Amino acid sequence: MNEEIEKIRQQALSELKQAQDAESIQELSVRYLGRKGRVTRFLRNISELPKEERPAAGKRANEVKTELESAFQDALAHLAEKQQEDEQAIDVSLPGRQPPLGTLHPITRTTRMIARIFERMGFGIAEGPEVESDYYNFEALNIPKNHPARDMQDTFYVSENIVLRTHTSPIQVRYMETHQPPVRIIAPGKVYRCDSDLTHTPMFNQVEGLLVDKNVSFGDLKGILTAFVHQVFDPQTSLRFRPSFFPFTEPSAEVDIRCVMCRGDGCRVCSDTGWLEVMGCGMVHPAVFENVGYDTDRYSGFAFGMGVERIAMLKYGINDIRMFFENDIRFLRQF
Amino acid sequence: MKVSLDWLRQYVDIDIKASELADLITMAGLEVEAVIDPYEQINSVKVGRITDISPHPNADKLVCCKVDIGSSTTEIVCGAPNVKKGMNVPCATLGTILPSGIEVKKAKIRGQTSEGMLCSRVELGLGDDASGLMELEQTLAPGIPLKEALGFDDTVFELGLTPNRPDCLCHIGVAREIAALLGKNLMIRETSKTEGSGHTADNASVVIENPDLCPRYSARLVSDIAIGPSPAWMQQRLRAIGLKPINNIVDITNYVLMETGQPLHAFDFDRLAGHRIVVRTPHEQEDFFTTLDGKSRQLDSETLLICDAEKPVAIAGVMGGGNSEIMESTKRVLIESACFDPVSIRKTAKRIGASTDASYRFERGVDPKGTVYAMNRAADLIAELAGGSVTKGIIDEHPRPSVKKTITLSTEKTNRHLGTCLEIEKIAGHLESIGFSVYRSNSDQLEVTSPTFRVDVERPEDLMEEVARLNGYNRISTTFPQITAQAEPPGRTLETKERIRDMMSGFGFHETINYSFAAARGADRLELPAGDPRRKTVEIMNPLSEEQAVMRTTLLPGLLETTQKNIFRQEKNLKLFEIGKAFYKAQDRELPHETEMLTALWTGMRKPLAWHTGHEHCDFYDIKGTAESLLAGLGIKDAAGTKMPDSACSYTQPGRTAQIRLNDIFLGLIGEIRPSVLKRFDIRQPVFVLEIHLEALIACLPGTHVFRQIPKFPAVTRDITLIVDSRIEAGQIIDHVKATDTDLIENVFMFDVYSGKPIAEGKKSISLRIVYRSFDRTLEDARVNEIHQRITDDLLSAFDAALPA
Repeated sequence: MNEEIEKIRQQALSELKQAQDAESIQELSVRYLGRKGRVTRFLRNISELPKEERPAAGKRANEVKTELESAFQDALAHLAEKQQEDEQAIDVSLPGRQPPLGTLHPITRTTRMIARIFERMGFGIAEGPEVESDYYNFEALNIPKNHPARDMQDTFYVSENIVLRTHTSPIQVRYMETHQPPVRIIAPGKVYRCDSDLTHTPMFNQVEGLLVDKNVSFGDLKGILTAFVHQVFDPQTSLRFRPSFFPFTEPSAEVDIRCVMCRGDGCRVCSDTGWLEVMGCGMVHPAVFENVGYDTDRYSGFAFGMGVERIAMLKYGINDIRMFFENDIRFLRQF
Repeated sequence: MKVSLDWLRQYVDIDIKASELADLITMAGLEVEAVIDPYEQINSVKVGRITDISPHPNADKLVCCKVDIGSSTTEIVCGAPNVKKGMNVPCATLGTILPSGIEVKKAKIRGQTSEGMLCSRVELGLGDDASGLMELEQTLAPGIPLKEALGFDDTVFELGLTPNRPDCLCHIGVAREIAALLGKNLMIRETSKTEGSGHTADNASVVIENPDLCPRYSARLVSDIAIGPSPAWMQQRLRAIGLKPINNIVDITNYVLMETGQPLHAFDFDRLAGHRIVVRTPHEQEDFFTTLDGKSRQLDSETLLICDAEKPVAIAGVMGGGNSEIMESTKRVLIESACFDPVSIRKTAKRIGASTDASYRFERGVDPKGTVYAMNRAADLIAELAGGSVTKGIIDEHPRPSVKKTITLSTEKTNRHLGTCLEIEKIAGHLESIGFSVYRSNSDQLEVTSPTFRVDVERPEDLMEEVARLNGYNRISTTFPQITAQAEPPGRTLETKERIRDMMSGFGFHETINYSFAAARGADRLELPAGDPRRKTVEIMNPLSEEQAVMRTTLLPGLLETTQKNIFRQEKNLKLFEIGKAFYKAQDRELPHETEMLTALWTGMRKPLAWHTGHEHCDFYDIKGTAESLLAGLGIKDAAGTKMPDSACSYTQPGRTAQIRLNDIFLGLIGEIRPSVLKRFDIRQPVFVLEIHLEALIACLPGTHVFRQIPKFPAVTRDITLIVDSRIEAGQIIDHVKATDTDLIENVFMFDVYSGKPIAEGKKSISLRIVYRSFDRTLEDARVNEIHQRITDDLLSAFDAALPA
């Protein structure tokens, strides 16, 4: 007898699983629990069972009745909820309401990247005037008037004694005049040279660096700049230091890196040399120390400088320096 | 400067490949910027033998040749007068690009096929002879490359020499470096001791009136010369390094210059009045002098001249004059080999705008000891190649002998400075290899005397560089400085500028960088009044153009131009900003005032068009909101945007301009650019501007941030709507509420402004929300109502307002 009620339960639950809509659930409810429903009929017919089986069968049948009642109810509620959700569905493929996004100029981004690297190595940041005296821009840096080294930089003059700074190196001098060693600074900023063609703009940006202390060596200069290059590009980038000349450093060097475009095979960017010139550097010339009153017997130091545009061009693959100052929004939006 | 490898081999045995040599000297500081094949233009020219000639059927002056070029026989039409059967000539094969730029192509010449070109010297860039085909040795086999046939095998290096190395502006100088790097000997030819009759000093005289400007002047007379072309080998070497052969005497002076670095000049001795050389500055009325390029040069009192007994004959160290130039008829030459003051030569060359091979070297410094060698070398060559007879003896005026410089170099200091551990012998060896003399005074110290050609070496550090580069920079090991961890905090200006950049880009603005130069008319374009400080521009003496003639005093014109250019590219919705300096001429000092500015422009739509936006254009309140958020983000509270007097800003629209003030300090302004200004920048849509003076702003930044307790008790809000005269500013009403004598007002803000029906004309409706809160208890309604009523009554009377009907 018990077998029968279990069979009814099984059938009801399995039919409920198949029910797709409220109507068929209602219909099931009537079929099983209605006045003529199978569970109701079973309960009604309990008296026909042997006496000793009646209590157990009655108990079980009532349990099944309750279980099915709540199963039908849950199914109905679930269906209603689902219907409501269906009605509330939206087109999630429409784009969202984006907060407007601006951009930083690639020069700002690159200068920051350079500055962060040196800041991690303990360098501070100094700034200085863009319109400079001949003294700070040239003479204090061991570039006397009428020296051929002046030909290395085409200068904009404001008066005989005032120039637009041709490099950020005057900041070195100004900083050393007001600070005692140890000195560890970088100096970013705009510089000006009267040169304008495919590969030159009359204004561009430099980052200058200076480190002065006791026992600073050329090897230390190589260490700092190697660490820098490895962070800007990648740790596998090879470097070479090539003898060069700057009036305010001795010994002086140019830093070449393996071409980041062709990895040294030779391409248009590196003029088929496999190397790219990225920085100038050297040990601070004793004449510069003398000009700022540092004791050349006690202190030594190094200075370095790089063009921000140059680094940015290599980093982002920009092929025309003039784009930095054309401010085409289609260019700016990319950064 | 160009150097020829073939020429260098005369002084040093080079046993490595050209590319290896280029690398070697580059890494020693003589940068090879380019490796050039000087005979590239004849790479595809072969020896051709004319095996048959037949007349051209349609032209009298042309013939048809069959030319054997080894691999095949080609048909070539030729018009040269000296063409004959059996001769060997240069044959440019198809595809050759001749020095004139002409490409040799297959052609039909008056109906006859021609598959190449037979060439003259001039056509190949190998000489001036254009009279006919270049005749080649009969023994040459047809088909071999012309380069090989002529023995032309050379490589030329273009060197990018730094200004400190004038000693390498010649072949011997470069050879000396190569010899040191390869461990070879430098071979320099001795000059001849053979001399003719007479004595230079009996025939000529030299007087130096300005010994400071001319420390040495050597001269020698060579007679019985015959002017003519210089020999082929010399022409070939001069051509390879880019010099044009002229005649034997001029070529020899150029050759010796390129060999020794000593500029020489050859005067036609018989054109020198009094057979006399006087080195002096101009006399009165000597205002102009015609140099041998035919240009009349203006002289000034500092120009050093070479004169004869009567007149100037050359501008010292720069260029000779036409009046003493070598001519076809010249029989006797006086060779000048002198030293001049670098600064004087530089000034003169700059002033007259003539940079010559000579002035370039004098400016950088020539070897004061080298004058006599170079002069005698030239005399030898003249005797050998121009049939001259070298007059006995020389003139050598040397009023300012050079002083030998001895520098003490410590091994220990050198190693400490470089980060190396080189033995004293190694250091001495490097220096000796390039001509320094070294005396070992003890186990650490060297007494080093520089050779006279190394005018750049003055200090121990200069010697350290020589040691470092000869030893190899790349052999110095990489180390890190041992420096104390002391650090300075970043400056406030720098930090604030970075913060503003981040916020502005976060607000949707794109950062631009415009040139610091501006056009002088910028002030007029902005309609700035006469006395405006922004009219006091810093002018550039040598600007690149009128558009870049002054330093900017405002960032606005640059940004407006950028806006215009972008609108022109169909980008009409722009939010741009720039942080940069403006420059003002200062009254009290030489350097101008430089002040950091933030300028932002907003034009076009408020938001990019999307399915959820309307076509809303930005307006004054968008740019104002930007300013407010920016200031709030920087921690500046209570800055007010208030109406500006109508005449205070010439480039923004009166009535649509507000000044940003904090207490009494003017921080900047916001406004709509005037249509008349926009028109001048060719912009046809409204543009809104924000300008902030960063120095003033930074001075107002709060020092520290202090936390305020979060309130424990609930707030009560009450709204008021007032009908007021439409000219009343909302800001006044807010300020009035804030000024109420109670500490229970937490916030007051405007949440609706309306004019139009049903509000009467000339009136507007303003709705305020006041947030009341006590810090120490829950406010009772009655208490709030009482204050709120008081405020309402107060506003009604203060602003002659009414409550809505």
